[in-house]
Amino acid sequence: MSKRLLVGVFESEDDTLAAIRASRQRGFKIVDVYAPYAVHGVEEAMGLAPSRLPWVVFALGVLGGGLKVWFEFWTTAVDWPVNVGGKPFNSLPAFVPVTFEVLVLFAAVGAVLSFVFVCRLYPAKRAVLPVAGVTDNRFAVVLEQTDSTFEPVEVQQMFEKLHAVHVEEQITGEVA
Amino acid sequence: MAEAAVALRPPLIEGDKSIAQVTHDVCAPMEARPTALWWAALGVSSSMLLLGVVAVTYEISVGVGTWGLNRTVGWAFDITNFVFWIGIGHAGTLISAILFLFRQRWRTSVNRAAEAMTIFAVMCAGIFPVIHTGRPWFAYWMFPYPNTRGSLWINFRSPLVWDFFAISTYLTVSALFWFVGMLPDLATIRDRATAKWRRKLAGVLSLGWNGSYRTWQRYEVMYLMLAGLGTPLVISVHTIVSWDFATAVLPGWHSTIFPPYFVAGAIFSGMAMVLTLMIIARRLMHLEEYITLRHIDRMCKLVITTSGIVGLSYATEFFTALYSGSSYEQFVFLNRALGPLFWGYWTMVGCNVLIPQLLWFRKVRTHVPAVFAICILVNVGMWFERFIIIVTSLSRDFIPANWFHYAPTRVEVATLLGSFGLFFTLFLLFCRFIPVIAVAEVKAVLKYSKPRLESAHE
Repeated sequence: MSKRLLVGVFESEDDTLAAIRASRQRGFKIVDVYAPYAVHGVEEAMGLAPSRLPWVVFALGVLGGGLKVWFEFWTTAVDWPVNVGGKPFNSLPAFVPVTFEVLVLFAAVGAVLSFVFVCRLYPAKRAVLPVAGVTDNRFAVVLEQTDSTFEPVEVQQMFEKLHAVHVEEQITGEVA
Repeated sequence: MAEAAVALRPPLIEGDKSIAQVTHDVCAPMEARPTALWWAALGVSSSMLLLGVVAVTYEISVGVGTWGLNRTVGWAFDITNFVFWIGIGHAGTLISAILFLFRQRWRTSVNRAAEAMTIFAVMCAGIFPVIHTGRPWFAYWMFPYPNTRGSLWINFRSPLVWDFFAISTYLTVSALFWFVGMLPDLATIRDRATAKWRRKLAGVLSLGWNGSYRTWQRYEVMYLMLAGLGTPLVISVHTIVSWDFATAVLPGWHSTIFPPYFVAGAIFSGMAMVLTLMIIARRLMHLEEYITLRHIDRMCKLVITTSGIVGLSYATEFFTALYSGSSYEQFVFLNRALGPLFWGYWTMVGCNVLIPQLLWFRKVRTHVPAVFAICILVNVGMWFERFIIIVTSLSRDFIPANWFHYAPTRVEVATLLGSFGLFFTLFLLFCRFIPVIAVAEVKAVLKYSKPRLESAHE
């Protein structure tokens, strides 16, 4: 299904924020915003739901730590108990350091893997930029022309009033 | 009132840069041909690396008998080097994770290089325990895998096993942190590269990053998670390294002060090494407007703080020895200060406690050559600290009949030089191929200290 998009290109974060707010106020559908760096306040302005990543990381950390405690207990106290300096086979306090490290390892690797999975990033993926320069010094606000009430010329004027350097219409086949 | 205070704050980046200028300033030196100075530095460091490779090959083929170890002193140069490098490797995560959580935005100019330094230092550190096993081809025995010997599992009560897990986790997490921190910059390189190979390589590594804000939002959350995990991790790693010693019953090692003492020492030496490298890098790559005197000033303040903690620990150790009433403890500390290695002890006190006191003066903190000299001395002092802790405690323990001296052999010195060679070779390659400054993060702090009004078009 093809989509008609309107891309407003800006050169400062303040203008971009103003454009996002104005678009939201008028009820336009913001497909995405592109920026060369993380701009404070864009996610609130776009109205993005907070990420659920912290829960995933928490769950993975608990899983990693839990598995490790079980593994240490099983190897040292069940599978082949070895008497080391007369210490008890199940030396729980001595298992704490390794458990902590494995917990952090699971949580950190899990955080990165779930991030790349959710954002569909993978090695050698072809990057699709709305306009050139969004990884350098340009900001882009991409709106979708949802229905006939969307007046491209009017929106273009709105963007230009907010110091857009360039506004263009794009028609895409499939937006990733 | 708050507005006025914000407006008075000096900017983090000097020279009133535009966003595009930041990209250009950081990326242009990488795209130009390397300078003669760079080649010369690479020549020196790779020769040192080669020397180290020769020394390690000789040691592995002949055995640990090529080192100056004996039945009394079974740990010396190699473990000193291990703790030294691991300590250096602590500043990167301190800057990238702890200062991130504390919202210290000046970190953006130095975090990339500091993280790189961390990874390289941990790689250098990892070599020493492996070659010290004497049979490094069995190093994988540290890993708890099902085997044909029983399965005989590893001993999870052993601090050396804790160490193995701590360091491999630290290396993995630091490398991940470094890589994901670089994603937006790799995309920037990909999109501006003219050389085909550079565009291809950056294209593969940047994972298709396109600056989409839906990605940025999750990225920020993920980065915060990694910083939150990295902070306790960095503290745990040197704590566990200190347990290698503290869990032994040897006087001078068996002490509860070791974890905080080692962590402070690690941050101290790491900061000094970051400063050393940044002072060189800002000069070589012309980044004086990004790594400003303010950055150096702030890092110096961290050095003086941690120097204070280290000095307090030295004093506390002496007091505890006195107060414990244990003649063995008391002897160890008197032996450190007045025994055969007294010169090492006083080098350590001089370099770690006395000389850094100069950093109380703003004039010294903003005088770059002075800071450079102090940082080099701090690293010398911190190397001696580990050497003194390890060797004096081992060489003279409970029974005088067991006492023995230790002196390093040429092979050991060559191995140490080789680790410096590895470290600097990797760092020089890093300066050539990866943006030394986190471009996307610096762009975000360009407006720091500028009130919103000023940047509006009206």
